[in-house]
Amino acid sequence: MPPSVATSDLTKRFPGITAVNRLTFEVHAGEIFGLVGPDGAGKTTTLRMLAGVLSPDGGSATVAGADIAREPEAAKARLSYMPQRFGLYEDLTVAENIRFYADVFGVSREEREARARQLLDAAGMSPFTTRSAGKLSGGMKQKLGLVCALIHRPLVILLDEPTNGVDPVSRRDFWRILYSLLNEGIAILMSTSYLDEAERCHRVALLHQGRMLYCETPVELKRRLHGAVVSIVGHEARRIRAALGGAAGVLNALLVGDGVHLVVDDAGRRIPELQAALQTAGLVFDRLEEIEPTIEDLFVAATSKERKP
Amino acid sequence: MLRRLRGMLVKEFIQVFRDTRTRTLLFAPPIIQMLIFGYAATLEVRHIPVAALDYDNSQVSRELLSRFTASPYFDVRAYLNDRREIGDLIDRGEVTVALQINGGFAQDLRKGQPARLQVIVDSSNSNTALVAVGYINQIAARYAQEFQRTQLLRTSLFASSQIPSIVLERRPLFNINFDSQWFFVPGVIGNLILVMVVSLTAFAIVREREIGTLEQIMVTPIGRLEFILGKTLPFFLIGLFDTALVSLVGTFWFGVPFRGSIGVLAIGSILFILCMLGIGLFISTISRTQQQAMVSGFFFNMPAITFSGFGTPISSMPEWLQTLTYLNPLRYFLEILRGVYLKGVGLDVLWPQMVGMGLLGSIMLAISVARFQKSLD
Repeated sequence: MPPSVATSDLTKRFPGITAVNRLTFEVHAGEIFGLVGPDGAGKTTTLRMLAGVLSPDGGSATVAGADIAREPEAAKARLSYMPQRFGLYEDLTVAENIRFYADVFGVSREEREARARQLLDAAGMSPFTTRSAGKLSGGMKQKLGLVCALIHRPLVILLDEPTNGVDPVSRRDFWRILYSLLNEGIAILMSTSYLDEAERCHRVALLHQGRMLYCETPVELKRRLHGAVVSIVGHEARRIRAALGGAAGVLNALLVGDGVHLVVDDAGRRIPELQAALQTAGLVFDRLEEIEPTIEDLFVAATSKERKP
Repeated sequence: MLRRLRGMLVKEFIQVFRDTRTRTLLFAPPIIQMLIFGYAATLEVRHIPVAALDYDNSQVSRELLSRFTASPYFDVRAYLNDRREIGDLIDRGEVTVALQINGGFAQDLRKGQPARLQVIVDSSNSNTALVAVGYINQIAARYAQEFQRTQLLRTSLFASSQIPSIVLERRPLFNINFDSQWFFVPGVIGNLILVMVVSLTAFAIVREREIGTLEQIMVTPIGRLEFILGKTLPFFLIGLFDTALVSLVGTFWFGVPFRGSIGVLAIGSILFILCMLGIGLFISTISRTQQQAMVSGFFFNMPAITFSGFGTPISSMPEWLQTLTYLNPLRYFLEILRGVYLKGVGLDVLWPQMVGMGLLGSIMLAISVARFQKSLD
């Protein structure tokens, strides 16, 4: 069976930057494939090219057997694309939104009703069909988007950070629906910047500045991080990083939103040392603890060899 | 194909008619604006406030001033005693014109010497000032003529029939009473339809871009034409309905005669609305936000109205501008509106305007459809 999505040297340039640089990968039916990387890695651009709304500057790609450059409309009929916020009409009701997307995809009324019932049930949204989409919670909106995106039984689903800012209950429904689709032989390609989401994928590709660093299973990806991550929360993040960046056992130091993440060889041994070092330097901090690694930590670990020759 | 178009139309109509406020917005403002503009849009100058300063204080000077009090064009607001008061009154805008009659006015007139009537006029509004001076000239000339006539008759040198004079015989066609409302109301219809259709169309599409549904629609197999048709057809119908609505107000409220055929007006309206859909669509292709669409719409609307012959006659514009007005669909539509309303002419006369709009409309629609791409590049 041919792959559901196949790209070969796929490239997209914007003025001054190569957003996607010679990307080559395959996604098979029944597989969830994750594009993982920080903001600006080229995840959204890749998905948009595969969805047929951006044209590639180089390379090629097929989606559900259709070449995206030569027959984008054929590809569009067989795929479904969910941007970070699905385009819902907030002044239309849940049922009217579903009907609109069904009509646009040429789904017959009987098919629509059967499919909508099944999807709305799975999403736990059956009681809300007459509610206007604007009055739904964020998680419900995203689930409605998924229902609309699946109404025409696509063969390939492209999801751009689909559960960003979605409540845990809706998130669980969301994933249940996605897993149930895999049995129908659908291929799912999603982007994410969350590690827990990446772990739900069968395989992930780690992107950095438009290029693919690794393409492997999440377990393999995690193994690339040797050691543990220590988070220090505090205001003087820059000075803390400067003070501890070269300390013994610290492999990497990364500035994050609320402080610093340090990759250390052995958390149990290094934490007291770090605390002592901060006290000596006279630097205040709110919290210092070992945490589960984030995508950024993984990413820094994966790219540090490149950057530190 | 039909299912997709129907899907678009169902959605559009639900969106337009669901919200009571949007529903009201489509039909109430055109009527209200028609009423406001119908009354306000006029070039007539009446009740010009005047101050009178009479140093002569003779029977003759008082008689001349009484001509101004009797005129519907002037309101004599103040009788002054000192010329220094004039400047202040004009500065504060209390009067537009001050008439000063110097001592010896009556004497000069009797001696047959030029008698001077000084007119001080606030010409910051040049049009009103020109019209006012024109009226003053007429009143003064007529008074002089009558004065001369009485003098000549009194000296009995001539019989009344021997005094030469030219009498104007006016034969106004189409608008016998020179009612400026008759001229302006059809123009207002054109302006309203222009503003309504251009902004509705531009905003509707840009809004989809803003809320992200446009990107969503781009990844569906819907065709460009299906999308554009689905998006514009509702506004085409609303535009047509609004034209009928404001035309009815023009006829039944303002009493502007409708002398031509409804069919000719309908053809003209359809062609004009197509042009406006093309413009609205074009604006939507160059605007990312509704704010940009609003500003772009403004840059189209203002010149389109100014160079349409709505107020300023096209014949008074510089020649190169006159040529440019042939690219303005509103110019043709106003000629059709006035032709149908006031002159009662038909297609035999108005066909060039129809062809003009048809060409402009096709070109604009073609450009906009070509520019409207199903991609984000």
